[in-house]
Amino acid sequence: MFSGYSLPELGAIFAMQGFAGLILFSVFVLMALGLAIIFGQMGVINMAHGEFMILGAYVTYLVSNAFAAYMPALFGAYFFVAMVLAFCASGFLGMAVEWAIIRHLYKRPLDTLLATWGLSLILQQAFRSLFGAREVGVTIPEWMMGSLPVTDLIEIPINGIFVMVLALGISAAVYVMMYKSGWGRQVRAVTQNRVMAGAVGIDTERTDRMTFGIGCGVAGVAGAAFTMIGSTGPTSGQAYIVDTFLVVVFGGAASLLGTIASAFSISQAQSILEFFLSGSMAKVITLLVVVGILMLRPQGLFAMKLRK
Amino acid sequence: MTKTSFLKRDEAVGLVILALIIFVVFPVMLDDFRLNLFGKYLTYAFVAIGLVLCWGAGGILSLGQGVFFGLGGYCMAMFLKLEASTPEATAIQSTPGIPDFMDWNQISALPIWWQPFNSFAFTLVAIFVVPAAFAFVIGYAMFRRRVSGVYFAIITQAIAAIATILIVGQQGYTGGVNGITDLRTLMGWDIRPDGAKTTLYFVNGVLLFVCLLVAMAIRKSKFGRVLVAMRDAEDRVRFSGYDVASFKIFIFCVGAMMASVGGAMFTLQVGFMSPTIVGIVPSIEMVIFCAVGGRHSLMGAVYGALLVNWAKTTFSESFPELWLFGLGALFIAVVMAFPNGLAGLFDDYIKPRLRIGRAAPATTPQPAE
Repeated sequence: MFSGYSLPELGAIFAMQGFAGLILFSVFVLMALGLAIIFGQMGVINMAHGEFMILGAYVTYLVSNAFAAYMPALFGAYFFVAMVLAFCASGFLGMAVEWAIIRHLYKRPLDTLLATWGLSLILQQAFRSLFGAREVGVTIPEWMMGSLPVTDLIEIPINGIFVMVLALGISAAVYVMMYKSGWGRQVRAVTQNRVMAGAVGIDTERTDRMTFGIGCGVAGVAGAAFTMIGSTGPTSGQAYIVDTFLVVVFGGAASLLGTIASAFSISQAQSILEFFLSGSMAKVITLLVVVGILMLRPQGLFAMKLRK
Repeated sequence: MTKTSFLKRDEAVGLVILALIIFVVFPVMLDDFRLNLFGKYLTYAFVAIGLVLCWGAGGILSLGQGVFFGLGGYCMAMFLKLEASTPEATAIQSTPGIPDFMDWNQISALPIWWQPFNSFAFTLVAIFVVPAAFAFVIGYAMFRRRVSGVYFAIITQAIAAIATILIVGQQGYTGGVNGITDLRTLMGWDIRPDGAKTTLYFVNGVLLFVCLLVAMAIRKSKFGRVLVAMRDAEDRVRFSGYDVASFKIFIFCVGAMMASVGGAMFTLQVGFMSPTIVGIVPSIEMVIFCAVGGRHSLMGAVYGALLVNWAKTTFSESFPELWLFGLGALFIAVVMAFPNGLAGLFDDYIKPRLRIGRAAPATTPQPAE
């Protein structure tokens, strides 16, 4: 499998594929963070997570068109506006969904799964009716194009670096929110013992709604970042939902660190295998290994110690 | 209730009505084309019955039933494809006598795992054994480690995704995204004309009733009672000395075999098999057939499969844009408004009126405490 490549070439291949893996890693982290909040903390299966992401991507698309039409001078900065709007759009939709559907189903997780799948179908069709069935792409701002040459053989694209920085920034923000803020303490308290959390005066319903909203909002930001490296179609979200759930489950549902570690290992394995095998076989092998490990160790990589 | 009679009176009535609908009403009312479509819907009802056993009775939600449906379907399709690929019929290929898609993919000899499918007896056995063995491996690994509920659902869904990617990727061995097409005869009997499709419809119906009776027998046995007890209070059953995992593995295998029989009949009825019937989306649609019919009702599942599929065909013919909205709303409605499906509605509203003057206890199962 390695024959025909010289040593420096092999090194460059690993470095380039490793970098491609890092971009995939960033995408996985961004998608999985929202899900880790919703699934890991609340135990809710949100099958429409991918569609919340795509909503963010479409918001970015609309904002970039608006900037191109009305404020071409500020076009370089549109992405930051889009990110905030994507967060708000997905977050508010998430809160509405929590109010309308999810809060009635907290005790029936399997039914949540079916209901949110239904929601995802409705959102997909809504996107298709509004934006058309074809994939849309955004114009990447000037400063994000091109690539940095590291050595003669290795070049890294700037938009990839940007997505990575974004993933790191949002991970840090989520960490601070969950573990350093009063709100995060409330969320964790409600997760661990709902009745007692209510008894000490936490408004558990409001906490649930905020948690779900923020999880969806993070998905929206992920969707915005997604437009920098790929195009968006009505069903793009569905293609990622299995990967995302596997990342979260593989990492250990309640652990943010575990989510990041599993996103890293899955994305690296997949992108390095992709160079040597066909894309589909790389994916099959990666997923099979993940499923196999989960069968042996169902609690995931980083499990919280709990007595059940 | 004494245990002299296998069926209660209203169950017997229900079976007779269903038999009348399937064997008399549909064949009389529908033209050949529509009847063939309903034959296709019936094959999905097998999966729905299996899901009632796994999910309704056992509390195990599998989002990978499409894989088992596909295993059965591909076993049958491989046999039919080999029968259609005689050296005479494939004389223009560079290697005559192998399936056409293998020839297109520069494969010059029949792969070794295809060869047993020359035998019809082997194929029939494989339709039962292959999915059961696969379900056993999955079930053994998961249930022994007490994985259940949501985690089981997600992992079975991942397995459905893997199966699709694998089938699409290995074009030379599986026919890729087009699947296995151009199937002609079963042991010399041409399955393509309308008359053959009608015969297959009746075969389908008979097999479905066999499945239904097997499922009823399972539900009424002591095993069925343990299963329901396990769904509602798993720990208590475990502490009473039952081996919970073995029960779950068994019922999961039964569900897989029923799905597989449905898949094999699907191949015969429709005349092809493709990965679009294996993946995540069809697998979860199979769950909705069962949920709409009523996850606790075996006969409800049959009605659910027929109704949802009929609605899908009708709506996507006339209002393709609205169908996904409708299906999505159906998912949400069935979960929030009527979790016991059509059977639950029937038990709550129609049944009490049918027997005025007689005490009819509510038989709708309640969810776990």
